[in-house]
Amino acid sequence: MTTKPKLCYFRGRGRMESIRWLLAAAGVEFEEEFIETTEQYEKLQKDGRLLFGQVPMVEIDGMVLTQTRAILSYLAAKYDLYGKDLKETVRINMYADGTLDLMMMTALAAFKPPEEKEENLTLIVKKAKTRYFPAFEKILNDHGEDFLVGNKFSWADIQLLEAILMVEELDASVLSDFPLLKAFKARISNIPTIKKFLQPGSPRKPPPDSHYVEVVRGILQF
Amino acid sequence: MAGKPKLHYFNGRGRMESIRWLLASAGVEFEEKFIETPEDLDKLKNDGNLMFQQVPMVEIDGMKMVQTRAILNYIATKYNLYGKDIKERALIDMYIEGMADLNEMILVLPLCPPDQKEAKIAQIKEKVTDRYLPVFEKVLKSHGQDYLVGNRLSRADIHLVELLYYVEELDPSLMANFPLLKALKTRISNLPPVKKFLQPGSQRKPPISEEDLEKARKIFRIK
Repeated sequence: MTTKPKLCYFRGRGRMESIRWLLAAAGVEFEEEFIETTEQYEKLQKDGRLLFGQVPMVEIDGMVLTQTRAILSYLAAKYDLYGKDLKETVRINMYADGTLDLMMMTALAAFKPPEEKEENLTLIVKKAKTRYFPAFEKILNDHGEDFLVGNKFSWADIQLLEAILMVEELDASVLSDFPLLKAFKARISNIPTIKKFLQPGSPRKPPPDSHYVEVVRGILQF
Repeated sequence: MAGKPKLHYFNGRGRMESIRWLLASAGVEFEEKFIETPEDLDKLKNDGNLMFQQVPMVEIDGMKMVQTRAILNYIATKYNLYGKDIKERALIDMYIEGMADLNEMILVLPLCPPDQKEAKIAQIKEKVTDRYLPVFEKVLKSHGQDYLVGNRLSRADIHLVELLYYVEELDPSLMANFPLLKALKTRISNLPPVKKFLQPGSQRKPPISEEDLEKARKIFRIK
């Protein structure tokens, strides 16, 4: 009997959210340990389980993994969401890295001072509309398939849906010029594991609010 | 017959250098097309070559690859430098992501405003000696082997040695308390393809000059 993966992070999206999405989409149940105080964080660091003293951290298959991308790659490979060969894998990586860039901008924007924050969020929507979404609309248009890579559900599809929903929270009309992405969004959202994750009460976390920012700032001291 | 990989970037280290190191260490010859002006970059974009309008871009095996990590992952897998199984790969990924974080700090240092630079350098030095190098020294000490993962050469060793050269450029004394890392650096530097890459006249790039920094700022439209 295998134990569930255990996620260790703050009670919010940050760098852990993509990991939650991937596990949920793969139908994997997981536990979460939320870091709420500086003492908790310091204890984790002293225990020596955080390789570079940082979170996200995931305990899985007898390993203590840190570094977001290392965790994501491991999970994608383990749950067969990483393509059937090297050429598919590199495409998935290209697409996932692009969407991760976009989502990281959003995660970091929450911590900027109010004047900068507005500017950042506007820039994120602009980048989504002019750089990222056109690229993915084109991919879907070129092959006419339901999924981004290899006509099969992969990590890239999960990341893209996550990114779309994140940007829609900033600007609900962002998909108005992207009909294929709209259809993609509906299609992927209806996959049973993802549909479940999108329901209230799932491990999915809300957008960062001032309380979250305060907690994280306090613990990481910046 | 497949042609050589072709690297598209400006004539400097930036985000392409770790790709140059990895290809060179794997003994793979490659060509470079340098972006010298904003117009060069615009042309690449307008011709539809850059998926997210960004470089690095590497033409390899019939693909136009972008995203530094995607490119590195592909090369590492293709040339068998990514561990023997998914667990070794996870370990390699953890290590190299830590290295990438430190490398990023060093990479963007030239863009730091002059009045903040000294503080930034001090911060980086502290991270080198307190957060990053101790981890890798400990890994080597824990298994006593010649390579970081799986008792054989992997991308983790190559990326680390590249990083150690940058650490040394920043301040040679930073390596003082890390004898095993020093030994790794010597050992990897002596591997024939790496040795060749370290010679003058190779495609390895020097630290960026003020002049080239200005040029890069213009090309990438960085203020």
